[in-house]
Amino acid sequence: MKHTSTVGKSNRVALVLLILGLSTIAFPLYLTIVIAFKQPSEMTNSISGILSLPKTWSLNNFREAMIVTDFWHSLRNSLLISVLTVGISILIHSLMGYALGRNKAHSKFYSFVYLFIVSGMFVPFAILMMPLAKQTAELGLANWVGVIILYIVFYMPMNIMLYSGYLVNIPIALEEAARVDGASTWMTYWKIIFPIMGPMHATVAVITALAVWNDVMTPLIIMAGSGENTLPLAQLNFQSQFGTNYNLAFASYLLSLIPILIFYVICQKQILNGVTNGAVK
Amino acid sequence: MKNDRQRTFLLITIPILALFVCFNTIPLIRGVIYSFTNFKGFGKYDWVGLRNYVDLFSDARVGKSYLFTVKLAVVTTIVVNVLSMILALGLNSKIRAKGFFRGAYFLPNILGSLVVGYIFNYFFTYILPAVADMAGITSLSTSILSSPSKAWIGVMIVCAWQAVAMNTIIYISGLQTVPEDVYEAGGLDGATGWKQFRYLTFPLIIPFFSINMVLCVKNFLMVFDQIVALTKGGPAQSTESISYLIYNNGMSGGQFGFQSANAVVFFIVIVIISVAQMKFSGSKEEQL
Repeated sequence: MKHTSTVGKSNRVALVLLILGLSTIAFPLYLTIVIAFKQPSEMTNSISGILSLPKTWSLNNFREAMIVTDFWHSLRNSLLISVLTVGISILIHSLMGYALGRNKAHSKFYSFVYLFIVSGMFVPFAILMMPLAKQTAELGLANWVGVIILYIVFYMPMNIMLYSGYLVNIPIALEEAARVDGASTWMTYWKIIFPIMGPMHATVAVITALAVWNDVMTPLIIMAGSGENTLPLAQLNFQSQFGTNYNLAFASYLLSLIPILIFYVICQKQILNGVTNGAVK
Repeated sequence: MKNDRQRTFLLITIPILALFVCFNTIPLIRGVIYSFTNFKGFGKYDWVGLRNYVDLFSDARVGKSYLFTVKLAVVTTIVVNVLSMILALGLNSKIRAKGFFRGAYFLPNILGSLVVGYIFNYFFTYILPAVADMAGITSLSTSILSSPSKAWIGVMIVCAWQAVAMNTIIYISGLQTVPEDVYEAGGLDGATGWKQFRYLTFPLIIPFFSINMVLCVKNFLMVFDQIVALTKGGPAQSTESISYLIYNNGMSGGQFGFQSANAVVFFIVIVIISVAQMKFSGSKEEQL
């Protein structure tokens, strides 16, 4: 058929264009890697000086960058904040999504609470940031604990919407059967509903983790005075210390990207599914 | 038994709602209250009524930041949606190594926008001018980030570089909902190429188009990290986004009250745009 031959041709064109397009993604990454490994003396002012491969693949820049930006400490803070936020979000948001999802159809109170929280999605951080800086300082929460609490509140609207949307597909008969057997609502939730929502936990975990890991603004506002850094915040706060030593700066950038790159390589499928589900649902 | 169920639901709802009110509703209300004061961020302050709001509309710097932010949001939204639509069509066609391409094209989205901004800052400052010099393009031989008329393009490119990844994934999942026989039936009627896209594919993926529109416009209106990493609002305040201005002048510039008023207006703008977009896309979807 004529049909198939045209398809074959356009696919080859598509393939070539896709490979060309990939260079726009590969080039900045290549740039980061070669500069991170070079010595300042190798950075002549010409393009070839900047873009050529480094003479030796020495890890000295990384060693120095780790010291300058207090890398391990920032990494620990980032991990701590991300893991706890994701864990608590899954527990609390799914519970709230369940309570609201099961009741909002027949109860004015629950449907009001649902709309009230979900409309929190429209509130830009810009209007909250100044009062929150004050409020967290007053409450003694101007630290990583405060940052976690704020994340749990910020991602609540989105996550509750996802969970209670998912709940529609879970038949209520399941819970009724458990109730007949004498299980309380609380036990039924943790034994039956929570495990069934597994796919949605994965989606929530992925979108929450990516958003938290890369966020700059919240720690910037809340932890500014605490002397602690997350990985992105460390890049911002130590920017002036790199001076014109771009090799050191790029080694530090690369270091801060490595954890998420590893995560992406390992869980690429889950991440792609997660972000798609999160956006489309 | 029924009461136990209702009590459990209440015991779940009340504390979590209280947490939300505490760290979302109350700060929002406090923000609105501050907007009627001359609070500097510390010390005593007085009520000034609507003066902040009146000043807001005559403040050249605020006006400039709105113009910049809206221009950036509109242009970037268009650029991102065109590019990611083309990319999604490519990635959804029958090609080899589809999984690899999809994974690779999504990569920019997972990287932190601050660090991405720093990397592009170097690119715009050193690489691009050097390349332009070699190619003899004099208009690009100085860094675009140091030109008040061109710096916004740099911000736009960095925003788009990351956002295309996300939008492409959403368009791909849209394209996958279009059944194959639609194309076959369309092909019999002579709908191929652009016609096929315009009259068959696009109408069927309008819901995904509206998701992307909402995502884009909201994200770009709130742009912050890229500004910090690329221009810090400069040169000559030409790339000061609304969020950046509120942060900069409100948190450390002694304009806590005034920038709160700015934030309240910004909040209202976001709500109006979001509601309008939802109404618009809702009516579009009904037609199908």
